[in-house]
Amino acid sequence: MIQKIKTYALIATTSILSGAAIAQQDVPVPAAKQIERLCLKGGTIHIGNGQVVENGYVVFENGKVTAVMPNANLKTDETLGRIIDVTGKQVYPGLIAPNTVLGLTEIEAVRATNDQYETGSVNPDVRSIISYNTDSRVTPTVRSNGILYAQIVPQGGRVSGTSSVVQLDAWNWEDAAVKADEGLFITWPNMYRVKGWWAEPDGYELNKDYDKNVQELKDLFNDAKSYAYSSHDKKNLRFESMKKLFTDKANLYIRVDYVKEILQAIALGEEMGVNVVIMGGADSYMIADVLAAKKVPVILGKAHELPSYNDEDIQQPYKTPAILQKAGVLYAISENGFWQQRNLMFEAGTAASYGMTKEEALTAITANPARILKLDDKIGTIEAGKAASFIVSDGDLLDMRTSNITLAFIDGRQIDLDNKQKELYKKFTVKYFGK
Amino acid sequence: MTRPLRTLAVLVALLAAPMASLLAQETVFRANGPDDFREGLHAFINATVYKDYKNKIDSGILVIRDGKVVDAGRGIAIPVGAIVHDMKGKFIYPSFVDIYSDYGLPATPKVHSANEEDGGVQYTTNVKGAYGWNQAIRSEYEAQKNFAVNESAANELRKLGFGAVLTHRKDGIARGTGAVVTLNNDKENKVVIKGNATAHYSFSKGTSTQEYPSSLMGTIALLRQSYLDAQWYKAYGYKTEYNLSMEAWNNQQNIPQVFEAGNWLKELRADKIGKEFGVQYILKGDGTEYRRISELKDTKAKFIIPLTFPKAYDVEDPYKALWVELAEMKHWELAPTNAAALSKAGIDFAITTSDLEKKEDFLKNLRTAVKYGLSEENALKAVTLSPAQFVNAQDLVGSLDRGKLANFFITSKPLFDEKAVINENWIQGKRYEITKFDPKDIRGEYNLAIKSPKESFSFPVLKVQGEQAAPKGLITQDTNKIEVKLTVKDNDLTISFDPDKNKAGKFLLTGMIQSDRSWKGKAQLPDGEWADWTATFTRALPDTTHPPKPDTLDLSKLSKVTYPFVSYGNEELPKAENVLIKNATVWTNEKEGILKNADVVIRGGKIGAVGAGLSCADCKVVDAAGKHVTSGIIDEHNHIAISEGVNEGAEAASSEVRIGDVVTSEDLNMYRQLAGGVTAAQLLHGSANPIGGQSALVKFRWGYAPEKLKIEGADGFIKFALGENVKQSNWGEKFTVRYPQTRMGVEQTYINYFTKAREYEKAMQAKKPVRRDLQLEALVEIINKKRFITCHSYVQSEINMLMHVADSFGFRVNTFTHILEGYKVADKMKAHGANASTFSDWWAYKYEVIDAIPYNANILNRMGINTAINSDDAEMARRLNQEAAKTVKYGATTEEDAWKMVTLNPAKMLHLDSRMGSLKPGKDADVVIWSDNPLSIYAQAEKTYVDGICFYDKDADSQKREYIKRERARLVQKMLDDKKAGAPTQDPTKKNNKAYSCGGNNE
Repeated sequence: MIQKIKTYALIATTSILSGAAIAQQDVPVPAAKQIERLCLKGGTIHIGNGQVVENGYVVFENGKVTAVMPNANLKTDETLGRIIDVTGKQVYPGLIAPNTVLGLTEIEAVRATNDQYETGSVNPDVRSIISYNTDSRVTPTVRSNGILYAQIVPQGGRVSGTSSVVQLDAWNWEDAAVKADEGLFITWPNMYRVKGWWAEPDGYELNKDYDKNVQELKDLFNDAKSYAYSSHDKKNLRFESMKKLFTDKANLYIRVDYVKEILQAIALGEEMGVNVVIMGGADSYMIADVLAAKKVPVILGKAHELPSYNDEDIQQPYKTPAILQKAGVLYAISENGFWQQRNLMFEAGTAASYGMTKEEALTAITANPARILKLDDKIGTIEAGKAASFIVSDGDLLDMRTSNITLAFIDGRQIDLDNKQKELYKKFTVKYFGK
Repeated sequence: MTRPLRTLAVLVALLAAPMASLLAQETVFRANGPDDFREGLHAFINATVYKDYKNKIDSGILVIRDGKVVDAGRGIAIPVGAIVHDMKGKFIYPSFVDIYSDYGLPATPKVHSANEEDGGVQYTTNVKGAYGWNQAIRSEYEAQKNFAVNESAANELRKLGFGAVLTHRKDGIARGTGAVVTLNNDKENKVVIKGNATAHYSFSKGTSTQEYPSSLMGTIALLRQSYLDAQWYKAYGYKTEYNLSMEAWNNQQNIPQVFEAGNWLKELRADKIGKEFGVQYILKGDGTEYRRISELKDTKAKFIIPLTFPKAYDVEDPYKALWVELAEMKHWELAPTNAAALSKAGIDFAITTSDLEKKEDFLKNLRTAVKYGLSEENALKAVTLSPAQFVNAQDLVGSLDRGKLANFFITSKPLFDEKAVINENWIQGKRYEITKFDPKDIRGEYNLAIKSPKESFSFPVLKVQGEQAAPKGLITQDTNKIEVKLTVKDNDLTISFDPDKNKAGKFLLTGMIQSDRSWKGKAQLPDGEWADWTATFTRALPDTTHPPKPDTLDLSKLSKVTYPFVSYGNEELPKAENVLIKNATVWTNEKEGILKNADVVIRGGKIGAVGAGLSCADCKVVDAAGKHVTSGIIDEHNHIAISEGVNEGAEAASSEVRIGDVVTSEDLNMYRQLAGGVTAAQLLHGSANPIGGQSALVKFRWGYAPEKLKIEGADGFIKFALGENVKQSNWGEKFTVRYPQTRMGVEQTYINYFTKAREYEKAMQAKKPVRRDLQLEALVEIINKKRFITCHSYVQSEINMLMHVADSFGFRVNTFTHILEGYKVADKMKAHGANASTFSDWWAYKYEVIDAIPYNANILNRMGINTAINSDDAEMARRLNQEAAKTVKYGATTEEDAWKMVTLNPAKMLHLDSRMGSLKPGKDADVVIWSDNPLSIYAQAEKTYVDGICFYDKDADSQKREYIKRERARLVQKMLDDKKAGAPTQDPTKKNNKAYSCGGNNE
């Protein structure tokens, strides 16, 4: 009895609270379609593929870039459209955040807002795009730092589900989807198992079930492959979803960090004939040559991490991107979590500090993730024919000392860079300082 | 000349012995049948007798009677009627003593754990009876009352040479008393030789199901409070309550106090607690003492150490080897040097069989310890006299002096010879056979003759060779060689051989060994006929057994101890230097601001001078053109370098616990953070309860022992916490019982405890008999502005509340940490005078941070509140410069102000700004040289000084990496060699790489 009353009370309280929250803090209105030809004039244009155009012009119309050129190449008869003067500023492609739960969760510790973990261990059929909340209060705080695209990824289990790529200024998930259901995320079994709990980890031990876990995974893929190429009377939703790996060569993202496991994950991909993308890849630098030779892409976990092993270089995670870069591996840099995505460019900044150029580091959060996500025909660089999705910063985007986004466009739509946090800042600035 | 003296000795012996025997055999027990007293008078002659660990007597005699030593020595009289044992070629040692055993004691009976009503958490003891409040304080337990002889366990130890042990129940923080017992299989009345011999303690709460203490620091706090409680009980408490645990605690203070500490860090911690109460513990360690010998020597404690040597790791797969740290590899190589290291330092220690995976490895390991530098004499001492002395049992065991128990064992060779076996272990005069004595030595050349009524055979050359225990015979006849099988038992001899390959049938001989070394007996021939035979000894043969190879272990080639004993440690502790840093951009954090092209002098651990064109004759010059120099980063909120638990979160208040009790020098994160320019930090208790534990303020003096990390003379701080963590919002469904569960309850918790603290202080001042309560004393310190609060806080309502509570008790909240909604109450905080220490941009990880904004620090700073940016994260701590730079991004804070948020401002809120936080002559030389503007993401710390000592240097770091690589490679090869030679290996497992945080959900 008491139990029941408690539950009702909880529901009542929750709905009152959430009702109030909605009324108070809404997200900015998504920008309308581009209606006129526009030109960003005078900025330093970082193409995203390593090239830089000083004092350049970016012309865009109907959501697409039509021309990118330095001042010198400007013809007198060129119709630039409405000029937006960005002289002295830095222009970058809209950043792409791979592997995030942005929009799948709102408050980490509040269970009702968590929509990324389906129960069970093998869920290839669940689709992240269904949970993706375009009205998350978190998204505008990420977007206003220059992240315009994100790969939304389900979590948990051995096979977590199907990911989608979205743009971060949308009315609903259909509107947001840039590439729906583009890949499948799985977690490779751990050869070593962490003991303890998150706040007090207690070392590792050998996972006695490792071989069994790997075999189960192999069996699953064998069955899925057989299903993909055979006919059947009864549908298996899981295998229907996995078909895309075999028939469309959709990406299979494998979360794996330990070098031995990475090699085995790649071997599984080869055996099954699927495209493997290594996700995490803490040890990938140890086998950079193998990854380059086999053309296996890597989405690195965040650089701002402690080394995996105490004997490692204390700055190993900072240096790993440069090692992959030099070896010619196709790799991207990522951030953890959801709200944290607003620091994505600083992960690249650290990589730039430890062994590569700033332009190379930029590539790892623009052109490279676009290639890995197979969207490089559309996004990732500022080039004619591609989406007019870029950002303008006062200074070096990768350095928090100077990184300050003043303009952002997605498909030529100039998006509102306001967010809840800026509103609160204004509110209290007025309270204390009067303006 | 010697004859009359001898006689005298015999007379004395004869007079003394019957007295002793009369006493020994007096008993209250009744026999079923005629009494069967036996005196057990034995004399062991011609032996090499170790009367004690250092007195070796060749051709010695040992006489025992009634289970005691009558005498041992050379040429002493053999009493008339003694049973004489000829021990020629044998060695006699006093039986070993193990003082860290639980032999003969039953395990603690299982008690039921938490009940449902408490939400699965048991806050009070569930032991029935008039005992103490905490289940882990079990002083009332007495080994002597629970001991029972256990023959199979005794046998296991006797086989290793042990004769007596100190046994106690290894359960609880206070464990009660131990008893000295022999390993004799006899009535307990005889076997227990010393009752309440010792009192025992540990850091483990054992089978206690009570929640408190849940951390190492809580355990230490409980011990400290228990000492005070016992004092109170003795003086006043006994009048109001009867407490068996406290009674016992007090009664056992005058016997040796033994503390099972664990690793060397914990040994130092245990010693420190003891010394606070005038107690010198005997410290039971874990074999890691070699890592910090000098600090351990300074304790002046005696030690009990195990001989646990790790197995080699299976590192055949170099990828698998990644999981084995260099420190673990080094320990594998150095563990056998531990005893030698203690011995060399002149530390008194005993060796125990405790902790050995296989007890039968004990002698082997003892010999290994000797091979690794421990002298045989000190090895013997550590298993005989030292343990006996430690527990005041030296009048009973530990040597073969007159009157002591006849506990000794006999070996075939000197004990430290690998091939030595223990033949017999005599305990209280009772013989236990371990390995049969070698049979008589019959090796030599014989002339064998066999004669039956029908025929005779002659074999003039029968050679008997090989091991004494298993001799082999060979008959040589012209060019023929005939193998002869020999079996000897006592004087009985069996021989068989095949005299002629061409004829079927063996000769079967049986006979006796004669006193003139000849053999004689009957033989049965293949045809069944009986014959007489003799074998006459003709000559001795040269010994053909190979002497053992001389040991080639070169101790100087072993891995070196580093400080700390983890990767990136130093073989020598670095020392302070005088340094002139030239031509840098210098961020003074003083009114001079940022100086271009300026110099900084470091001298005697302090800032000597700051300015342009400085010179310094005795300084090492560092050209820092193009670089930036700042004071070191100070992290107001850090949880690294803390051992075994950052929360004592069982109860709402834990102000008695001290992070300072559990600081560790062995956390690699310290070095990693030095590489991020961090030189000092407040190590904080977690946020599990409203009133947390006391902080430790430390400098990152990489490699220095824990006590030397602490900032000398720093003020005391304490962690408080508000909101979801303390009301257990995110702990899981069952956590709905502990008070408080709401912010309302949090307020009342504070008012309650501070009210109690006030009353306590009043009573103390009035000199009333008050039980000293360390929990309340910490709160009294807060009220009296002698201890300062750092409060984990998020939402404005609770921040307001705590300031009101503080105001009402007349103190100030020193710092609100995290303080993500500080910007909403900045005016009130300013009025109250609180400091703010916040995250740069964290939010959305729980409901109470839904309104967190990255402009928080900017607003607080503009409001004139002393504001810092903290890490609460071992990784982020090494990029605090970048976190400070985010305040430039969010709100356009000036660069100087932003930089102060991780240097001068935290120094101020930690009351350290008089000596830290800026580059001002006279302040501590905590200095960082950066490659770039320190707020830039491209800035890297190139050198980090603490007190003028360079603890991080980018160039030295790459040398360290090279060292790690080479040393790992060497040890991997050595382990592979070991594996190849058949040594067992273990899979890599990684232990304890803890990273604590309290910003997240649960902690």
